[in-house]
Amino acid sequence: MSSNKKYWKSVEELNDNSSIVETLRQNEFVEEIPTDEFLGDKETLESSSTSRRDFLKYIGFSTAAASLAACEGPVIKSIPYINQPKEIVPGVANFYATTIADGYDFASVLVKTREGRPIKIENNTDAKTNCSANARVHASILGLYDSLRVKSPMKGNDTISWDTFVSETTSKLNSLSDDKQIVFLTATTPSPSTNKLVSEFAEKYGNVKHVTYDAISESATLDAYQAKYGKRGMANYDFSKATTIVSVGADFLGDWQGGGFDSDYAKKRIPENGKMSRHIQFESNMTLSGANADKRVPLTPNQQKLALAKLHSLVVGGAVSVDLPENIAKAVQSAANEISKAGSNAVVVAGIQDVNAQTVVLEINEYLNSKAFDPKTTINTRQGSDKGVMQLVADMKAGKVGALIMNGVNPMYTLPNSTDFAEGLKKTELSVSFSMKQDETSVLSQYIAAAPHSLESWGDFELKAGHYSLMQPTIRPLFDTKQFQEVLLAWNGNSTSYRDYLKSVWTADVLNGASFNKAVQDGVFVSTSTSSVENTEAVEDSSSDDNVETPSGNAARQLAASAKAGKMQLVLYPKTGMGDGQQANNPWLQEFPDPITRTTWDNYVTVSRADAEALGLENWNVANGGLNGSRVNITVNGTTLENVPVIIQPGQAKGSVGLSFGYGRTAEGMKAEMKTGVNAYPLYHNFNSVQDVTLSKASGEHEFACVQLHNTLMGRGDIIKETSLEVFNTKDRDVWNAVPLVSLDHNPVKVTDSKVDLWDEFDRTVGHHFNLSIDLNACTGCGACVIACHAENNVPVVGKSEMRRSRDMHWLRIDRYYSSQDTFEGDNEKKENISGLGSSLSEFGEMENPADNPQVAFQPVMCQHCNHAPCETVCPVAATSHGRQGQNHMAYNRCVGTRYCANNCPYKVRRFNWFLYNQNDEFDYYMNDDLGRMVLNPDVTVRSRGVMEKCSFCIQSTQAVILKAKREGRPVAKGEFNDACACSAACGSGAMRFGDVNEEGSPISELVKDDRAYHLLEHVGVKPNVVYQTKVRNTSQA
Amino acid sequence: MKQVIYRNLTSKIFSVGFILLLTFSTSLTAQEGDPANGKSLFNTNCAACHKLDKPMTGPALRNVEARLADEQGLDREWLNKWIRNSSSLIKAGDAYAVKIFNEYNQTAMTAFPQLSDQDITDILAYTAQPKEEKPVPTTGEVKGTGSGGGVSNDLILGALVVLFGLLAMALVLVKRTLNRFAEAKGIEIPVDEQRKPIWKAFIENQFLVLVTAILFLLASGYFVYGYFMQVGVDQGYEPVQPIHYSHRIHAGDNGIDCKYCHSSARVSKTSGIPSLNVCMNCHKSISEVAPETLAEGKEYGVDYNAEIQKLYAAVGWDGTGYTGDSKPVKWIRIHNLPDFAYFNHSQHVSVAGVECQTCHGPVEEMEVMYQHAPLTMGWCINCHRETNVKVKDNGYYTKIHEELSKKYGVEQLTAAQMGGLECGKCHY
Repeated sequence: MSSNKKYWKSVEELNDNSSIVETLRQNEFVEEIPTDEFLGDKETLESSSTSRRDFLKYIGFSTAAASLAACEGPVIKSIPYINQPKEIVPGVANFYATTIADGYDFASVLVKTREGRPIKIENNTDAKTNCSANARVHASILGLYDSLRVKSPMKGNDTISWDTFVSETTSKLNSLSDDKQIVFLTATTPSPSTNKLVSEFAEKYGNVKHVTYDAISESATLDAYQAKYGKRGMANYDFSKATTIVSVGADFLGDWQGGGFDSDYAKKRIPENGKMSRHIQFESNMTLSGANADKRVPLTPNQQKLALAKLHSLVVGGAVSVDLPENIAKAVQSAANEISKAGSNAVVVAGIQDVNAQTVVLEINEYLNSKAFDPKTTINTRQGSDKGVMQLVADMKAGKVGALIMNGVNPMYTLPNSTDFAEGLKKTELSVSFSMKQDETSVLSQYIAAAPHSLESWGDFELKAGHYSLMQPTIRPLFDTKQFQEVLLAWNGNSTSYRDYLKSVWTADVLNGASFNKAVQDGVFVSTSTSSVENTEAVEDSSSDDNVETPSGNAARQLAASAKAGKMQLVLYPKTGMGDGQQANNPWLQEFPDPITRTTWDNYVTVSRADAEALGLENWNVANGGLNGSRVNITVNGTTLENVPVIIQPGQAKGSVGLSFGYGRTAEGMKAEMKTGVNAYPLYHNFNSVQDVTLSKASGEHEFACVQLHNTLMGRGDIIKETSLEVFNTKDRDVWNAVPLVSLDHNPVKVTDSKVDLWDEFDRTVGHHFNLSIDLNACTGCGACVIACHAENNVPVVGKSEMRRSRDMHWLRIDRYYSSQDTFEGDNEKKENISGLGSSLSEFGEMENPADNPQVAFQPVMCQHCNHAPCETVCPVAATSHGRQGQNHMAYNRCVGTRYCANNCPYKVRRFNWFLYNQNDEFDYYMNDDLGRMVLNPDVTVRSRGVMEKCSFCIQSTQAVILKAKREGRPVAKGEFNDACACSAACGSGAMRFGDVNEEGSPISELVKDDRAYHLLEHVGVKPNVVYQTKVRNTSQA
Repeated sequence: MKQVIYRNLTSKIFSVGFILLLTFSTSLTAQEGDPANGKSLFNTNCAACHKLDKPMTGPALRNVEARLADEQGLDREWLNKWIRNSSSLIKAGDAYAVKIFNEYNQTAMTAFPQLSDQDITDILAYTAQPKEEKPVPTTGEVKGTGSGGGVSNDLILGALVVLFGLLAMALVLVKRTLNRFAEAKGIEIPVDEQRKPIWKAFIENQFLVLVTAILFLLASGYFVYGYFMQVGVDQGYEPVQPIHYSHRIHAGDNGIDCKYCHSSARVSKTSGIPSLNVCMNCHKSISEVAPETLAEGKEYGVDYNAEIQKLYAAVGWDGTGYTGDSKPVKWIRIHNLPDFAYFNHSQHVSVAGVECQTCHGPVEEMEVMYQHAPLTMGWCINCHRETNVKVKDNGYYTKIHEELSKKYGVEQLTAAQMGGLECGKCHY
């Protein structure tokens, strides 16, 4: 049943007596208009010598002066090319296929350039692997225009030329004594040409080691795979081939094993012919995967180990005795039953950083002969070796390392033992850091080799075995930078350019006769022959000492034995917005609300409600809607982080806490406001993301910039509709997706009926009529659309304090709703099914607090482009009006800022420019410097202070599509509109589809008529042009 | 004007004399050539790379035959070979041919196998003509007569002023004398009754004051409104550009299509200020304008040749090749739409087929480019209301035009009916 559940966005809403929730329901703008800030408070007004008359005089004078000054227009210069490149036409965008690869994120993308400058990243639909860019990849374009980049090579604090750099470093490399190592410490670089260059370097200099280092390690997975299959890699999973997915602690919709699994996963989540996949998640932190799961069981990391071991014994066989609470044991048992029933259609994944756990997973999948499990096409995007890094630090401290050359890594920030590293770094004779920034590591290195951005470089990557991706520059380097490979060539005494070198390597080893230019144009190349990447890294010591080659069952037993119950456990995780933290200076990502907590500009400890109560930790909302929280000191193995803010996270497993990486940067090359949060890496002992932890409450409180209570839907129902697969398959549409009824002459009439409409219907069958369909089943909440919308529409960044005041400017927000499966009918059902004392105690306890294990639904909300829009009727100056094509237009230059429209909008999607966000020192983000403004889309107005703005359905792009068709004298092609909206183009999971409903046979025209389709707040009768597809949960046990 | 005729006459006599002289002198040694035909052949075939007196892509050709004969001892036979196929000569290892080839950046001269012996003779005859003397002194004389005319006008005016002054004085004197006579004869001149001055009457009539005040307010309101409405409207804006570029010569006299230079107007939102390489497509070979054009330029106070030199300086052209030392030209943008208005040239130029002149005015007559239209929103909208959508042969419009025209009951839809007045079509 769809309408009987209670949804809430924040725990605060569950509190009946919360005044803040009441306030938020009544007021669109939580805060009073800040007249005090502008005029000063009463005291200062009274003490002021300026009387009201004087004030008016000044106003009058300045208005007159301003209007007189405005009479003289500025002289605008226009400077044409001297020799215009023939592929560039001013005003027309060019697209280049390339790859974004920073060692953490890898994605094949299309880059949109205007007049030679990249302005947006889009998905490369030709690519088969890593084709859907995540939020960080979309945002990485801003890193190109970061004004704090290193602009030329540096020696200490002095800038030097590249010639000096190369000659000095070469002579140092040559003068090293033979017993000293030269070590390359790089991020994962699955690049055939780079590896070849490194091996050529090794031939020339001798005693060279290449250590690959992932800030957030997947070393256990790699080790387990290596032990089983003999080479280093990660098994590939295709979740579109699985009907039953069981994940134990693996956030595979996040960054687990390099990420990029969400689009395949989403394919199977849309019910088709009455079938969809079933997803069971056992986890500690509430992750994206847990949020999307049909059944989520909160477990502490220790319990996860036991559960996985148990699962292994139940599915594969073998006796492992584990001690799990009854309800968990039951859940594991039923999961095992489902797996066994699904057989090869099932797949099990685990995120536990433990070789045994990963071995167990490989064994289970192999035993099942899982169709979704592909151990041959290995994933190469994580190659780091914990042991290699540990060995390196030890070698450095022992003075064995003569030269350390780093590329794409920041160990001083990301290593748990960074002080050891710093000590070792001093003992090297040469240290070079290839970096775009003066980061924590590069400032300690002797040389900073100014590195170019991905968008300025050449490169090649074998993302998966046989699946290659090419990187090509999309802009001339903005600064005097050289990429790692160019310098390697110079060190090797090779005078060819890296591009030519790359081409020769590809022609010889990869292409197998195919065209290089074609590969560059496509950005991707799939090789039919097998992999050519052999990691040059020294692997000699990684397999020998730890004997993981165990007969079946041993791994499971060892896994179960390694789980020591007792203490509170900390689970470290990468946050969706920030990843490993290398893009911490990116304001888009800082302001990106975390999909789960909806918190921006911060990281925090997530604590379960029960633990919070035990420790006396609290979250509360203050009068202006801002969220405050207690602070804790957390101690792991002698390392203490002080004053870490706390968020009470519904669904957090009791006995576990979570903390995300990526924050707490201290580097010089960052703006002060970006140095937010706490650094979790010092707690990352032994590269294990699970640590025993002690929490103690600290004094003071923390102010969050959390948008979860902002823009609530004013307590109106019918926001999320969801049903179970069983009901969906067996019952009529009216049962689970009923159209609301309204009273007409005391008779119930469907709200869609024209008789109950206030307005006369406009004929919408002529021409285009745009609709957007959002499938709540396929939406994983990843947030790529949010950043894509930011980039396309010049949405400003407002900063933490403004975010806290509900003044976020996101045109597209992803609302996250919690609901308890145990409410109403669910409750009664559950009560009757309770058996035995143990079960009744735990389950009654669960029922007492629905926030303990909530279900989650994500709902992207943007302007709904109502056909009968309430905002349009209240605008006193007709600044917002309706177009025939279904879009609700917003003429910024006409808006006088009354904000009536926002007050009258039932969806709360209109955003007000409280300040001038561009060229304003108060908002010192990318729009405040010339370099940052290069990312602005020239087809979209940059809004000024005092005007409303909102989603436009990317009218600039729909118009561009139409114009293209007109110019070519043809009707708009099928599906051409889908990529017009930045959000639908960015959506890798296919949850968002945009198009013309009047176009026969288009996907959107089918979707709006679908049984699952409903409109948000349909009973209001505003006839939105955004249609949602009812969420169906596969709650039936297979 | 007499002088001009005289000048033409002299130069004609001069040149005819020379031609006669030349024909006689050259006919002794070679075939007769027709310099007039030679000139036209030269202009079609050779002028792209050669000039008579200045080296360009190729060497200067004045008296080339005589010079070659004198300096290198090369005869007509060699010249014929060179002109018809220079590269074969170079390949054959002819010393002078190789020398010339290297001297001019190893660019081989285009082969002209189609030129007959007579053609070559004509061309050479043309090149053998002596340089025309510039008629320097005549201009001075023209100036002299011009200033003389100015003086006489002033004199006549001055005389007239004196004359009228005298007349006025005479009248006053006559009146005074008559009055004196009357006094002497005892005739009383009737004195006018003291009447209320009109301004006083006006002030006392409150109704009139009120009406006038209202009229005054209305009038000033009209002017104030008019003043404010033209703020930011730069119709007629005619800034001085860094290079004096004459649309009159290029688009008017030479009839170059607008979109040859502003090519992006066809495909882009901007019409594009042509990049300098587009200028150089022609100006590689046009480094000087014709003397008549130069004279025209004097009327505007412009030396066109100097302006072309500015282009060369910007693009880094030394007469034979690019030096690489370029500096961009900072044109002053004339047509400025505010940032919040979106305008797309290709929509209007390619799709609607609107002539450039509709908005930009008679560009082909503009010596200095100026803003013809007000570029206000009212102006845009008005055109959208009046202009029919060009649907012919455009597959995009077929369906929508059929449906909409049925709906509105019209044969031809205007841009407004097609949705061209919606705010969001131009403001986003």
